[in-house]
Amino acid sequence: MAGAGGGGCPAGGNDLQWCFSQVKGAVDEDVAEADVISTVEFSHSGDLLATGDKGGRVVIFQREQENKSRPHSRGEYNVYSTFQSHEPEFDYLKSLEIEEKINKIRWLPQQGAARFLLSTNDKTIKLWKISERDKRAEGYNLKDEDGRLRDPLRITALRVPILKPMDLMVEASPRRVFANAHTYHINSISVNSDHETYLSADDLRINLWHLEITDRSFNIVDIKPANMEELTEVITAAEFHPHQCNVLVYSSSKGTIRLCDMRSSALCDRHSKFFEEPEDPSSRSFFSEIISSVSDVKFSHSGRYMMTRDYLSVKVWDLNMESRPVETHQVHEYLRSKLCSLYENDCIFDKFECCWNGSDRQHLARCWGRLSFPPCGAAGRGDIHAHAGAVRTAE
Amino acid sequence: MSRVASRKDRVPRGSVKGPGMMLSKGLKRKREEEEEEGKEALAVDTWWLDPGHPAVAQAPPAVASSSLFDLSVLKLHHSLRQSEPDLRHLVLVVNTLRRIQASMAPTAALPPVPSPPTAPGIADNLLASSDAALSASMASLLEDLSHIEGLSQAPQPLVDEGPPGRPTGGAPPSLGALDLLGPATGCLLDDGLEGLFEDIDTSMYDSELWAPASEGHKSSPEDGPGKEEAPELDEAELDYLMDVLVGTQALERPSGPGR
Repeated sequence: MAGAGGGGCPAGGNDLQWCFSQVKGAVDEDVAEADVISTVEFSHSGDLLATGDKGGRVVIFQREQENKSRPHSRGEYNVYSTFQSHEPEFDYLKSLEIEEKINKIRWLPQQGAARFLLSTNDKTIKLWKISERDKRAEGYNLKDEDGRLRDPLRITALRVPILKPMDLMVEASPRRVFANAHTYHINSISVNSDHETYLSADDLRINLWHLEITDRSFNIVDIKPANMEELTEVITAAEFHPHQCNVLVYSSSKGTIRLCDMRSSALCDRHSKFFEEPEDPSSRSFFSEIISSVSDVKFSHSGRYMMTRDYLSVKVWDLNMESRPVETHQVHEYLRSKLCSLYENDCIFDKFECCWNGSDRQHLARCWGRLSFPPCGAAGRGDIHAHAGAVRTAE
Repeated sequence: MSRVASRKDRVPRGSVKGPGMMLSKGLKRKREEEEEEGKEALAVDTWWLDPGHPAVAQAPPAVASSSLFDLSVLKLHHSLRQSEPDLRHLVLVVNTLRRIQASMAPTAALPPVPSPPTAPGIADNLLASSDAALSASMASLLEDLSHIEGLSQAPQPLVDEGPPGRPTGGAPPSLGALDLLGPATGCLLDDGLEGLFEDIDTSMYDSELWAPASEGHKSSPEDGPGKEEAPELDEAELDYLMDVLVGTQALERPSGPGR
């Protein structure tokens, strides 16, 4: 069970201190399979935290207003909204059940009072609108309080309806369903900086969608070989650049990252940049490829750097240098001697996520793979509102 | 990573209480856990992984490689048995298998491109080996994936014609099946490595473990005419049997083919 840890308060100087804040959900060991959290995502401002679970539910937590008398204490997160995003489906053509497990959630940038997020399982992406209602109109002319229509001939006087406060109601409604575009399992979604399009990536293909159009998507990357027997590599993660709406990156199971420019051609099979660190011959083993498989890739907020997570380490890359990362942080190096056991029990195939904190602009924020693991170094001048989450996602 | 399936009844999440009324509260449903019987199959004796074990401490690297090879083949087989295999897992296991294989026979060079079958004789030996059946299963599975994709999407040129073969270790049914198997075996097996498998107990790798359910709906368009006839006969026979059992049998039954 993954919980989201709270941020830290800089005590002074450049050191960021971390303190454990909250645990949401069941703490006991016996957790129902469907309750297992499969993805978490903060909203851009950090006031909302969305979680998706294996049962297809989305639970959104909201940060309470900070207490003015204690300005340095972070507000607590409490449940804001819960809804069933995906249901199990059956693909009749292949006689396969499609899991309802939520693989990824991404928030859209906030425009207006309502909030929007994209949630996806293996095959279908849905756009959800989350809106609040805390007022109710009373005193209609044409209908009475029960909602029954009044006879217009019997109305002798007109009144102006008034708004009365009511208990806060949070409604989640599906606005779009983007289906039938992926043969393989969706592993990533990413909203573009133009706020109009987004990408979805599965093992072999990446599609481009317009948020308003559900019956059409464009394939922009396709690495499926003509002969499937020659398949040696799959796509593991993909993301749009935070500012350049024509640039995206995708990572592979062989530990490589490709940067593509959609302006160069409609099908971005040929990358513009290719990031790969040469293998260290001294640490080469049978499992070198498995542990090099990139499980997550994230651009920094500035767009100058990107971060990749493989099994044992986190690497920070400068987009201008393809030959090797500018930083490498070993997350759990002690596991390197146990790779054989981890291969035997399949744990070596686990995937980890990573993310940046809010202020990567001036200093590169360090990242971590598991919640309990401390950051690998000084985080620089951490923003007091720094929020970062790290999730170990289990298949 | 949760390895133990929890079968207890659902309990509500601890803190699912909103600030107010929630319109579309997600309802929990009973969800049956599909226990993969293959998990038990993977619980193999792992003495070779224990560094303290005297045999391991003195074991030459070749022994460890061979054990890893067996384990990887097991994993590959387990992955193939899934109704919808995890492509990433499959690809990583296959690539690891290639690495192990390359280290076990450094003198035999891996062909850069899959080589066509040299002679039916060698192909027969390879077919008899269950590992060939495994690689053929993988080849046919991956080919099936693209076949199915071809059915569900816009027509794409099918690379390999012919129905996916299902080798059972016997003689090759037709040259078409051989052609399909040839490149696949070239990927995973080298010509000089049949001898490696002689001392390995391959009974566990019997391709009969291939789930029949997954085979049924993988029929390509070429299989159409053949399959149409068979169910009719079966149904007719079933009807006849039912009639016999119920006692309203075949005095009234009109004569049909074979009766």
